[in-house]
Amino acid sequence: MIELRVNGQSHNVSADPDTPLLYVLRDELQLNAAKFGCGLGQCGSCTVLVDGAPTLSCVTPIMLLEGRQITTVEGLGTREEPGPMQRAFIEEQSAQCGYCIPGMMMRAQALLQRNPRATDAEIRAYLEPNLCRCGTHMRILRAVKRAASMMTGPDASPTTRTPVPASTEVGTSEIDSDAQRDRRHSEKRERPER
Amino acid sequence: MNILSRRAVLRGTGALVLSFSLTPAAWTQGAGAKLPGSLGKNPSLDAWIRIDADGKITAFTGKAELGQGIRTALTQVVAEELEVPFEQVSLVTADTSRTVDEGYTAGSHSVQDSGTALRNAAAQVREILIAEAARRLKALPGQLHADTGAVIGPNSARVTYAELVSSNLLHAEAQPTSKLKDPTFFKVIDKPIQRVDIPGKVTGGAAYVQDIRLPGMLHARVVRPPSAGAKLASLDVSNIEKMTGVVKVIRDGNFLAVVAYREFQAIQAMRALSRVARWSESASLPSHLPAFLLGLPSQDFVILDQHAAAAQPALKTLEATYTRPYLSHGSVGPSCAVAHLTEGVMTIWTHTQGVYPDRRAISEMLGMSPDKVHCIHVEGSGCYGHNGADDAAADAALIASSMPDQPIRVQWMREQEHGWEPHGPAMVAKARASLDSAGHIVDWDYGVWSNTHTMRPGPAGSLLAAQHMEKAFPVPEPEPIPQPEGGGDRNALPLYVLPNAKVTHHFLRQMPVRVSALRSLGAHMNVFAIESFMDELAVAGGLDPVVFRLAHLEDSRARDVVTAAADEFHWSARATPAGGHGYGFGFARYKNLAAYCAVVMQVHVDRDTGRIRVLRVAAAVDTGQVINPDGVRNQIEGGILQSLSWAMFEGVTFDSTRITSIDWSTYPILRFGSVPESLTVRIIDRPGTPFLGCGEAAQGPATAALANAVANATGKRIRDLPLNAARIKAL
Amino acid sequence: MKTFVTRRLVVRLLWVLGALLFGFVVYAWRSPIPPVDPPAAESFDAASIQRGAQLAALGDCVTCHSAPGGETFGGGREVVTPFGTIYSTNITPDPATGIGRWSQAAFQRAMREGVNREGDHLYPAFPYDHYTLINDADSAALYAFIMTRQPIQARRTHENDLSFPLNIRFLIAGWKLLFFRAGPYQQDSTHDAEWNRGAYLANGIGHCGACHTPRNNLGAEVASRHFAGGEADGWHAYAINADSKSLEEWNAEDLHMYLSKGWHDRHGDAHGPMAAVAANLSSVPDADLKAIATYVAAVMGKRALPLEKRALESTSSNDTGAAIYAATCASCHDGTRPLPFGGVKLMLSTAVTGENATNLVNVILEGLHPPEGTTGAIMPGFSSTLTDGQLESLVAYIRSNLGAQPPWTGVENSVREARSRLRD
Repeated sequence: MIELRVNGQSHNVSADPDTPLLYVLRDELQLNAAKFGCGLGQCGSCTVLVDGAPTLSCVTPIMLLEGRQITTVEGLGTREEPGPMQRAFIEEQSAQCGYCIPGMMMRAQALLQRNPRATDAEIRAYLEPNLCRCGTHMRILRAVKRAASMMTGPDASPTTRTPVPASTEVGTSEIDSDAQRDRRHSEKRERPER
Repeated sequence: MNILSRRAVLRGTGALVLSFSLTPAAWTQGAGAKLPGSLGKNPSLDAWIRIDADGKITAFTGKAELGQGIRTALTQVVAEELEVPFEQVSLVTADTSRTVDEGYTAGSHSVQDSGTALRNAAAQVREILIAEAARRLKALPGQLHADTGAVIGPNSARVTYAELVSSNLLHAEAQPTSKLKDPTFFKVIDKPIQRVDIPGKVTGGAAYVQDIRLPGMLHARVVRPPSAGAKLASLDVSNIEKMTGVVKVIRDGNFLAVVAYREFQAIQAMRALSRVARWSESASLPSHLPAFLLGLPSQDFVILDQHAAAAQPALKTLEATYTRPYLSHGSVGPSCAVAHLTEGVMTIWTHTQGVYPDRRAISEMLGMSPDKVHCIHVEGSGCYGHNGADDAAADAALIASSMPDQPIRVQWMREQEHGWEPHGPAMVAKARASLDSAGHIVDWDYGVWSNTHTMRPGPAGSLLAAQHMEKAFPVPEPEPIPQPEGGGDRNALPLYVLPNAKVTHHFLRQMPVRVSALRSLGAHMNVFAIESFMDELAVAGGLDPVVFRLAHLEDSRARDVVTAAADEFHWSARATPAGGHGYGFGFARYKNLAAYCAVVMQVHVDRDTGRIRVLRVAAAVDTGQVINPDGVRNQIEGGILQSLSWAMFEGVTFDSTRITSIDWSTYPILRFGSVPESLTVRIIDRPGTPFLGCGEAAQGPATAALANAVANATGKRIRDLPLNAARIKAL
Repeated sequence: MKTFVTRRLVVRLLWVLGALLFGFVVYAWRSPIPPVDPPAAESFDAASIQRGAQLAALGDCVTCHSAPGGETFGGGREVVTPFGTIYSTNITPDPATGIGRWSQAAFQRAMREGVNREGDHLYPAFPYDHYTLINDADSAALYAFIMTRQPIQARRTHENDLSFPLNIRFLIAGWKLLFFRAGPYQQDSTHDAEWNRGAYLANGIGHCGACHTPRNNLGAEVASRHFAGGEADGWHAYAINADSKSLEEWNAEDLHMYLSKGWHDRHGDAHGPMAAVAANLSSVPDADLKAIATYVAAVMGKRALPLEKRALESTSSNDTGAAIYAATCASCHDGTRPLPFGGVKLMLSTAVTGENATNLVNVILEGLHPPEGTTGAIMPGFSSTLTDGQLESLVAYIRSNLGAQPPWTGVENSVREARSRLRD
């Protein structure tokens, strides 16, 4: 039995000590966010934080992690109370298939926790290890910038969670209206004469 | 609660009778169908829309959410015409027990076919409800209108849909025409409604087939042969069976798999099994690809042959040959499926693009009746066409068939996805055209050489498991997809006005490398070639590339898109290319019948390092009636970025025996370092016009724009993809 | 009493000192060479430019003279030395901010004598102690190449950060007096043409010794320990003379493959600063690489005895390290995938059998990352995965049980330096 501390909670896991963290998170702890993308440390889909540093969980055997703090996307917030990084990705609609996104979020979270005022160039350079095949890069960059501004606002911290109103998602919540207004304002649509 | 638990997904079918056509949908849109969209093959309204006694509204589509946002878009369509709040509609997607058969979610048909069907079905359901309310209220239908889930009548009479429905009310045949809402009054269509799936995906919700966990589920890994056609010579599995956690080792001919209790145990057993398996291979992969393709026997289809006397004689004639290598889908999440055989029924959770075709193929493979095989679509990572999804489903089903009552999860490894997915075919195109003294094209000859772009199930033999098992199924004969859709000849017919033109599709049957559909099929290559050639002609004629294109375009929507993209980019104000900077333009109407898209970019090319930096990109798109503008924008942005990756870096590599590009170290793709500095998309909205699919519209124009920008920057033309560092340094 | 130091003696000493100073000034002073109009690209022939490109690749000019993310040859790259930090210069032919106004004579003087057009002495971070070997034809070809590059306007954004008196360029002449002999390569008639060509390239434009030779306290290469190993950018450049610590001997064929491909299946991948060097060498003519390989192999010579190996310790003395290796490293490094994409068998790597732990620690913490868009081994870095204690156990295990070598000293230092470099 190995004790792992994940998102602030202790778990006694029965997996063999040489099992990569990714499979323990997904199969034993039933956490969905960290994903299997390659198992080779090449794509970043499995990224989590270990003591605040971005770590590829697919090549990290759990024997190395006793006493360390592991954070996954589930530790950044919930659907009802998303954290700033999650809110930013929702507001920017920063996903197509969404498979790479949790890895992107954790990588970005590590950056902003260390450097909340990261520049565009620094964000781009920092995300280099993470692959996105759908081409959502522009939105991911916008979401990270948005998360940074949320995290550096007054009373904000990298982990402040904001409750989402009950009638959520679409057209009714404050968050969504802002996003929709932003988008309508930035859209250039032409309505030709009919 | 885990929303993807078995009970949840197999829960009963609800208040109303469902019926839907059992005849499979044809690949192309039904010729001669009078009913709009997919209603033609599935005319019963309650196959599409269901209203429960408690007012809950469920819509059904045979299409699947692939990450392109159609779950949200189709929900918008239903909510709009049915006059209900968006969040009151839930959408059931591709499930052989619950939804109609709409073939594959492919070809950018989802919005065109399913969206059109759902829009009309919802409108007709609304009118049925109004008619029923009129009957009960003893009023005229004209005095009533629908609003927010109820029918409102004179004197504030109000009857909710829940009160109106009875068990057979919606068991009606669809009509050819519907009373569709005036776009001026749209509440949710053409609005950037946030996608319903994103909040779950960013907060750890279960969203993908990879997230399915069933009680008693076992983990399986396949050991694939080292190359196509390899034969398993010898195998001693006794040590593997003794490994911790291993439940079974399965060998069926050349199909080899291991099943274990825990996932990592399965992986370790797979590695051990791989080491003891001995295979005999044969060298069958070609070298010198373009020459090889041109040397294959071909079936030639002349898809355009028109002659008209030219107004002016030909002055300059240009010829060019363009090539592209095999391309990988490269799905970030390797394919996965869960299969469970219980009480004689095989249930498969899969991210296949076609649950019905995959079901047919798998049932043929297993020798089961199709109605005993149940395929349910659950999202995978982006597939961009026919990737390993169908095969993973077959693997899981084959394993499960010998292990009844135990759910089997098969997860492909990265190397297996890269090595075994069907690739986008390598292609060659040859163009020849002449200009007159005024810079008009007076003759045009174009030929494209390509394998088929679809080897989808279909027959069982299209599945790897079926090809590898002892009682092997033969690989089916490839067939070309006829025009106007086309396969290798998709978009081989330019939209330009060319009175004197011949276009030939050289269909190559021999497939040394496994191939099938990759996003936009042949359009990517044909648009790259045609748009590069248009630029070469423009340069030869001393004409601005945009002006040159407009001089040959009569389609007014095409002209609008070209003009809009140029305007978005400030094309006419661009500086003279200098210091390694260049500008490029690319345009096409996808399949000449879906969305119009033009892409413009500014790049900087470093001839010493071979690096291309994409600086500014502007695009314009006309996708007919827009359902979700943000969804359109997302697809165009994504298509451009993916197309840039293909064009700058990608090509499947192989030696004489094996595919060698088997992971990200051997098949590098675009990373953040190559992302453009800015990218804007202008949507030309056409309210009231038919929906046009836009999911594949940017692939060709973006690669073309890049190639043209690189030529503009360097003064030299590269006609072979990818435009990688080696080719640029060699200029 | 008669004092030793008489007034006359003092005066004579002062005269001698003055004469010496005068002599030094005469020796050290260099006149500026007049600026010229930037030569037209058409004035150079294609063959010259092509040869110049190959020489620039051999000289790895682009790596020092381009800032990460900056323009090619535009300068601005930070070069950290024991004496302070220097920033590389813009060597594009921009007339205002680059060397566009340098005549060929000025260019050749910089290469041969380490003096710029204006007459200032250059810091030996620019390895003119090697470039001085260049012959006239090659110097002209390199000039042709440089002068036909894209001019980039890039002013210096950073000033060199050197403490007094090192920031006085004139004093570099003193360093040169002690350690630098200018002049083109002289053929060694005791060796054949290929060896000479190899020596000319390796010791000249290739400046291999700049990394692979140890330096004295004043930063000059110790001539008597040519190729005995050195440091570069926080990495250890292995001994490539008879002291080589690789398990398997390098021969000319091995070296040739390594230089042209960037890897060898019995030795490993080029990593650290060598990765960029190897990448550039892929565009150099094969004959040149063969010549360099011949020369270096000759310097390495044939080992009298194979590398001494200790008896393998039983793992019980380092269970932790063994377990970490098995769980974290073995799947790639004891896997079936061959180089260059699979992990090298660690006992073959000089990072394991070499003089110190620096390179092994660096690679474990940083991983390997090929430039974007290029194929190449990707190894994840383990800096966030391993604690210092775990890293030290792992390193000790690899050194003893795979390398079969006596334990290193100073591993903690290597770890500390590597971590602080990663943080920057």
